[in-house]
Amino acid sequence: MNPMISDTMPMQPAEQHGRPSTLFRICRKMWHLKMGVMGGIILAVMLVFAVAAPLIAPHDPYEQNIIQRLLPPSFMENGSDRHLLGTDGVGRDTLSRIIYGTRVSLIVGLSAVCIQVGIGVILGLMAGYFGGRTDSVISFMVNVMMGFPFILFAISLVAVIGPSLQNIIFALGVTGWPVFTRVTRVETIKLKESEFVLCAITLAFSTKRILLVHILPNLLPAILVLGTVEVARAIIRESLLSFLGLGIQPPTPSWGMMLAEGRDYMLGEWWLAAFPGFAIFLSALGINLLGDALRDLVDPHMRKD
Amino acid sequence: MKAYIIRRLVQAVAVCLAISMISFFLLFLNSDPALLLLPPEAGLEDIEIFKKSMGLDRPVIVQYLVFLKKIILHGDFGNSFVSKTPALALMLERVPATLSLSLMAVVLANALAIPMGIISAVKRYTIFDNLVTFLAIVGQAMPLYWLGIMLIIIFGVFLGWLPISGSDTIWHMILPAVTLGAWLLPVNMRLVRSGMLDVLNQDYIRTARAKGLLERKVMVKHAFKNAVIPLVTVTGMQLSLLLGGAVVTETVFAWPGLGRLAVESIRMGDYPVVQAIVVFFALCVVFGNLLADILTALIDPRIRLE
Repeated sequence: MNPMISDTMPMQPAEQHGRPSTLFRICRKMWHLKMGVMGGIILAVMLVFAVAAPLIAPHDPYEQNIIQRLLPPSFMENGSDRHLLGTDGVGRDTLSRIIYGTRVSLIVGLSAVCIQVGIGVILGLMAGYFGGRTDSVISFMVNVMMGFPFILFAISLVAVIGPSLQNIIFALGVTGWPVFTRVTRVETIKLKESEFVLCAITLAFSTKRILLVHILPNLLPAILVLGTVEVARAIIRESLLSFLGLGIQPPTPSWGMMLAEGRDYMLGEWWLAAFPGFAIFLSALGINLLGDALRDLVDPHMRKD
Repeated sequence: MKAYIIRRLVQAVAVCLAISMISFFLLFLNSDPALLLLPPEAGLEDIEIFKKSMGLDRPVIVQYLVFLKKIILHGDFGNSFVSKTPALALMLERVPATLSLSLMAVVLANALAIPMGIISAVKRYTIFDNLVTFLAIVGQAMPLYWLGIMLIIIFGVFLGWLPISGSDTIWHMILPAVTLGAWLLPVNMRLVRSGMLDVLNQDYIRTARAKGLLERKVMVKHAFKNAVIPLVTVTGMQLSLLLGGAVVTETVFAWPGLGRLAVESIRMGDYPVVQAIVVFFALCVVFGNLLADILTALIDPRIRLE
């Protein structure tokens, strides 16, 4: 279906006021697609970095060299050609650490969202399909989670269970699911009234079969789109935990921790904070762009307009 | 309407209780809170004495009820392990700093978000609209703390215009407030834009145009007033986002507010203070939402009849 269709419906009064020309619409669609492709490329590069880090990184990310510490990037004065983005306080190569840092970000982002989807979708299906008391209990849980500022919950959880890769994934997973429950619940309520589900109920199919075979597949597009955006959010949150010293522990390279270390050199060596932060920003941007494009492709009605 | 408010009030209280319970039981996830609360060099005997004195040898449920009773009756979260003074007082001391920072950020964000959102909705599909949408996408990918650090580097270090941390003068507030405001801006802008687009599709706008009103008058008198209502209620619902953002901003700029206190207390394992802050944040968020819902219901009868 043409994703622009909802924008060009002739009966919408607002459209009569400043309706876009055909040429403009085509340009806009191209632009949107292009941004999506760009997002896809950024994500692909991240994946390659994560998988092939030892082949791509010019240096060992753990190798310290006190003599060559705090070198500026090679494009600046006194920069060394051997260290494209300079070196940190103990002489480790910034570029190599950023490349290796992709691993942590992607592992945490993807695993945390898997947990979120697992918890969120199951609860959402149950709340939407069974309604009544089940719905009240699950909706109450969602409200509780929403009332708990994420950041406080996550950092106190990590502080208690201890900072490690698994625990961070766990903390992000168990704090991020309500958004999936909300979406799944609403969509399930809608689908429950649809004819094919009513048919399935009439045919006395088991509840499990109806939920898994008839309802869940129809939810996948929405979950995929939301999941993409949530990966970006999880990456930002992981880096935030690491930034606060409650995430990945040194010396494992993680963007958030590099940023925290760079903060100590902010007054002189600005690049130490700038580059890892830019890596976080760029990856979140890429994934968001991909998510936006997916949204348009999968379901034009979900457009944010 | 009365029934609606009572129902929502009961829900809000229940949510707050649940949050207090979670914040209490978080301590027990790690099997023994006494070990968390005592220095590592404490001997077995010390631990036993400490447990007795803190009531930690009693069943967990009893401990929770005692904890809850103290909070509700006396506002007593216990003493801070670090400073040995009441946790509640320590927390309340920091409220004004966070409040002023958040308020400033919201004002800054909305001062830009409202006009930008409206113009981009009215001039839909123009270059301006696309630019605003693009900015919103970029802004949403921006990690708040990185934005703060970059602003410090640019305005504090390179240009040397503004102080980079602390809270001594009004100038100290500018960078943190701009950071937090810039972070809220994309979300608010999108909300205003979509709210305005919704309103522009309504019949009464067509009627206003049909009777020959000036376009400017249609926008200001008929569209804007209605588009702003959801923004008011949404601002209430954004409290959670705002408080979360404040935690990060305060940490980056060493702003002496609740957020920084929270992060410091969590790091030092000062649980009474953490619990006080968590419960306070939860109260703010839950009752902010409640207020927003009641306001919406007052304005829009369709909701309370649901």
